[in-house]
Amino acid sequence: MRLIDPRLLRRARAVRVLLAADVALGVLAALLVLAQAVLIARVAARAFGGAPLPEVTLPLVLLVAAAAGRGAAAWGFEAVGRRAATSVLSGLRLELVERRLRDRPAALDGAESGEVATAAVAGVDALETTFARYLPQVVLAAVVPLAVIVLVASIDLLSAGLMLLTLPLVPVFMWLVGRYTEGQTRKRWQALSLLSTHFLDVVRGLPTLRAFNRGEAQAERIAEVSDRYRRATMGTLRVAFLSGAVLELAATLGIALVAVTVGVRLVNGGIGFEAALTVLVLAPELYLPLRNLAAQFHARADGLAVAERLLDLIDTEPGAAPARGTPPSPGDVPVRLEGVSFAYPARPGEVLDSVDLELAPGETVALVGPSGGGKSTIASLLLRLAEPTEGRVAVGNADLADCDPAAWRAQIAWVPQQPTLFRGTVADNIRLGDAGAGDERVRAAAELAGADAFVLELPEAYETVVGDGGRPLSSGERRRIALARAFLRAAPLVILDEPTADLDAASAEAVGEAVSRLGEGRTVLLIAHRPELALRADRVVTLDGGRIVDLPTVEAA
Amino acid sequence: MTGTLRRLLALAGMPAGRVALSILLGALAVGFGVALMTTAGYLISRAAEHPPILSLTVTIVAVRFFALSRPIVRYLDRLVSHDLALRALGRIRARFYERIEPLAPAQLEGYRRGDLLTRMVGDVDALQGLYLRGLAPPLVALAVGSVCAGVMAAVLPAAAAILAAGLVIGGFAVPAVAWAAARAAGRRQAAVRGELTAELVELLRGAPELVAYGREEETIARVRVVDAELARLGRRDALVAGLADALSILVAGLTAAGVLAVAVASHDSGALDRVLVATLALLALSSFEGVAPLPAAARELGTTIASGGRVLELTDRVSAVRDPSDPLPAPPVPATVTLESVTARYGPREEPALSRVDLRLDPGRRVGLVGPSGAGKTTVTSLLLRFLDPEEGRVTIGGRDVRDYRQEDVRRTFALAGQEAHVFGSTIRENLRLARSAASDAELEAALGRARLGEWVASLLDGLDTPVGEEGLELSGGQRQRLVLARALLADAPVLVLDEPTAHLDPPTASRLMDDILDAAADKTVLLITHRPEGLERMDEIVTLDAGRVTAVPIAS
Ligand SMILES: Nc1ncnc2c1ncn2[C@@H]1O[C@H](COP(=O)(O)OP(=O)(O)O)[C@@H](O)[C@H]1O
Ligand SMILES: Nc1ncnc2c1ncn2[C@@H]1O[C@H](COP(=O)(O)OP(=O)(O)O)[C@@H](O)[C@H]1O
Ligand SMILES: [Mg+2]
Ligand SMILES: [Mg+2]
Repeated sequence: MRLIDPRLLRRARAVRVLLAADVALGVLAALLVLAQAVLIARVAARAFGGAPLPEVTLPLVLLVAAAAGRGAAAWGFEAVGRRAATSVLSGLRLELVERRLRDRPAALDGAESGEVATAAVAGVDALETTFARYLPQVVLAAVVPLAVIVLVASIDLLSAGLMLLTLPLVPVFMWLVGRYTEGQTRKRWQALSLLSTHFLDVVRGLPTLRAFNRGEAQAERIAEVSDRYRRATMGTLRVAFLSGAVLELAATLGIALVAVTVGVRLVNGGIGFEAALTVLVLAPELYLPLRNLAAQFHARADGLAVAERLLDLIDTEPGAAPARGTPPSPGDVPVRLEGVSFAYPARPGEVLDSVDLELAPGETVALVGPSGGGKSTIASLLLRLAEPTEGRVAVGNADLADCDPAAWRAQIAWVPQQPTLFRGTVADNIRLGDAGAGDERVRAAAELAGADAFVLELPEAYETVVGDGGRPLSSGERRRIALARAFLRAAPLVILDEPTADLDAASAEAVGEAVSRLGEGRTVLLIAHRPELALRADRVVTLDGGRIVDLPTVEAA
Repeated sequence: MTGTLRRLLALAGMPAGRVALSILLGALAVGFGVALMTTAGYLISRAAEHPPILSLTVTIVAVRFFALSRPIVRYLDRLVSHDLALRALGRIRARFYERIEPLAPAQLEGYRRGDLLTRMVGDVDALQGLYLRGLAPPLVALAVGSVCAGVMAAVLPAAAAILAAGLVIGGFAVPAVAWAAARAAGRRQAAVRGELTAELVELLRGAPELVAYGREEETIARVRVVDAELARLGRRDALVAGLADALSILVAGLTAAGVLAVAVASHDSGALDRVLVATLALLALSSFEGVAPLPAAARELGTTIASGGRVLELTDRVSAVRDPSDPLPAPPVPATVTLESVTARYGPREEPALSRVDLRLDPGRRVGLVGPSGAGKTTVTSLLLRFLDPEEGRVTIGGRDVRDYRQEDVRRTFALAGQEAHVFGSTIRENLRLARSAASDAELEAALGRARLGEWVASLLDGLDTPVGEEGLELSGGQRQRLVLARALLADAPVLVLDEPTAHLDPPTASRLMDDILDAAADKTVLLITHRPEGLERMDEIVTLDAGRVTAVPIAS
């Protein structure tokens, strides 16, 4: 059994000073507990011998001082431990976000956003316990029992021997049970992921569910998924509680063993009262750090399952050292797909099969063909959201794979087939195309995209909040905002994926004209299925079943 | 606060018998622990007087009994209480869904998807603490504390007063401090968690566009801000937690010292048997086990109640669209559907989306609805399915207002292939089955065939069981649209409503598709919303909408 994932431990190194301080505070608190035990026994024993109150004042005052010291140490233990945990976990969370954004924006690995978000929020919280409590507790569990045994041995060797008799049982039980818990916890975490993914999907699809009168039936599904989560959780808990119970049994039996043998030896005069009482009060402390560890054990298992998922998400395919080459401008040199093939990892079979396609500088190329032919996939490859499985994308003489992706993308304006509006104002959404653009340019771009008129009708015009949780827009309106984005961006290469898909004829005509104007002096890849739009291109290329079927000869007006 | 608590408990609907059992077990577990230390202390003190061993037998048996039964009772207690809490969670989750389901889509528009996800998963999960920490421990502490103080009172009233005071401070005052200090932060924490999840869901979903527009840094910076806020709240919480821990330890230490001092003095004055001095000290020390979890519980209760409030906020909302108290029987099939001078508005601050619109769908008739995007075409479908009710005028089926029918019966009249239709992140089969859960494979394939998707699905390795990805993102735009169509065809309702069904299709596919659909729907009423010529020529009449008004008198084609 691994105590903790080495990848996690590596990240904990940054806060090792805090963790060390935390452990020191924990040890201090534990030692003060021992002092307390010794003092209580001393007072009681003296009184037993007939001492009046004034004679035990000193140990009583020390007792209070020990309690105060212990309290202060406990305070520090909690605060320092959680501070250490928080900083490691924030780091992990941001690392995850960066990885997803920088290296795997297209999420081709099928990781769903609900799952990833839950791992990054709820999951990371679960990890906090591992860091703040479990990790320091591991050290305490190793150090404190040793101190107790040494102390007991110095008082009464026989009792120390008795305690040692039960001690080895404890880690053995923990080991056995802990091994069992890991698979269970993973299952539990999967159940929670399923619950999140499922619920996010259901929330997004509620209108559709209701349209088919399936809204209520989903309540059963939710209950079922919840119940699976409960069963998985109870599965881990039963085992975790059992391990706790086993340890507790060892502890209570230890107390009883010491109490009874010491009692009998007291009757025979084999041990003094104070020694006997001290040993008894110390007996539960021997097992306490271990029991705390066992209590954290289950939290640790939870945390580990999450950590594994998180680290897997972070560590997928250690992104090839980002190429740093400066790409030439597509305004000066042609962009070429050279024998490009592509297959989605999730699906067998090639989506693109040795595609050759050249976009000359300043040229507008229309890409047409039946739905599912691979047109949008070509856009993804050009944007480097995916890499060809064979062949290469070249800009002039440079292989795109050798160029810095960010520098390359800075030269592209893209409107995807299903554009996303982000939560924010309409103006902010358009400014995605160019963060520095002033209001004037934003409006000009919106006008070009045919968006200005309806935006002005919105409750707060350009300041209306749209996107997730904002003012809903009709799909034609959303597309026109996304188009305005592209029009705002002064990029030499423009990729428009079915830009007029849900527009009426008049708007489509206007957008077409805007595209023609935009195309002057720029390279445009126009993915289109409407002939009237395709005809605006210099050249029409047909893609069917992943192959170019027409030689690019169709000259248009 | 108590109002929130009471209503959450009502929502959880926990069986009283089980609650009583769990509290009894909890009290016994803590009680046996106290009894173990107390009897062990008594055993040793008594043994120190060198009595005949036989006179100790009863005590020895008691020590062994408590040592053995404590871990067992504790184990049972944890099992019962956790099972109880998890079942309650399942119930809350199902009810949460049942209550928000009728709110969709209109009344959920102000919420971000990720925020809803946190409410459903994270916040509901936090409610686990409601019983496990909010309800059970105080009752257990009360029961055990009273017994301990009572027992001590029978022996030494002055010491009992100290113990009672200590228990009240440790079990009431310290938790109250923790509660007060953590409440505001707890509320913030739940909200910030929701915000972080919402940010993450959005950024993961929109990652391709963010990356294409070079906004990685900015997005990461935004997540960093929310994350830093969460970390700050976490550190604050740790400080409060540590303070509460410190105070509890201090109070317990003071109480033990106080009881010991009183016991020593009483023994000195002859009022207390010397055997009982150590016994009482151990009783005082161990009786704090019951109150120890309370400060943490109080602190977490702040978060729990904040989470609960977020859940209740949604479950309290009353759906704007409601079933009548005395609904009509299901509408006749086939029936005429009409909009009669309908004015509809999405919000008080919005312009009307439709103004005095009339539309008539006689059985078997095919009506085309055209008009610029944003004209209100999709709004018509929302009115038909009662996602929105008219502000003025009425929508009728068979001559009766749709508001007089049950919503379910109204929706059964229509099969909607919506523009915003959601594709669920499961398989092709599951998505189709939504429309007809009992459909055979042959029926599914027939519907896919009519939607011109049959060949493609047949070519897939997993066929109907191919996963389509989150929101259908692993399909091409046109494939996704055809899947939505196939689903509507399968629903087999008398009125087929198609909202821009061919927007993402190439013209040849689009016209073949429309032919197939209209042939298959020969005996159905059809409302076709479109910007495209395909299918329009086969309509009986065409209605044009512009800016929410019918502009062209219906033309029979
Ligand atoms: N993320 C994905 N995972 C697996 N398959 C995909 C994914 N995206 C698209 N596909 C498949 O690749 C093929 C080509 O899709 P696409 O390029 O979107 O076509 P087009 O844009 O020409 O309509 C389709 O069969 C589609 O199902
Ligand atoms: N849920 C909504 N809340 C507020 N306004 C909306 C909502 N949905 C659509 N609208 C607005 O109502 C008008 C009509 O939209 P819609 O019916 O979707 O148009 P169409 O389908 O004709 O393109 C538009 O101005 C749109 O912005
Ligand atoms: Mg496409
Ligand atoms: Mg529409």
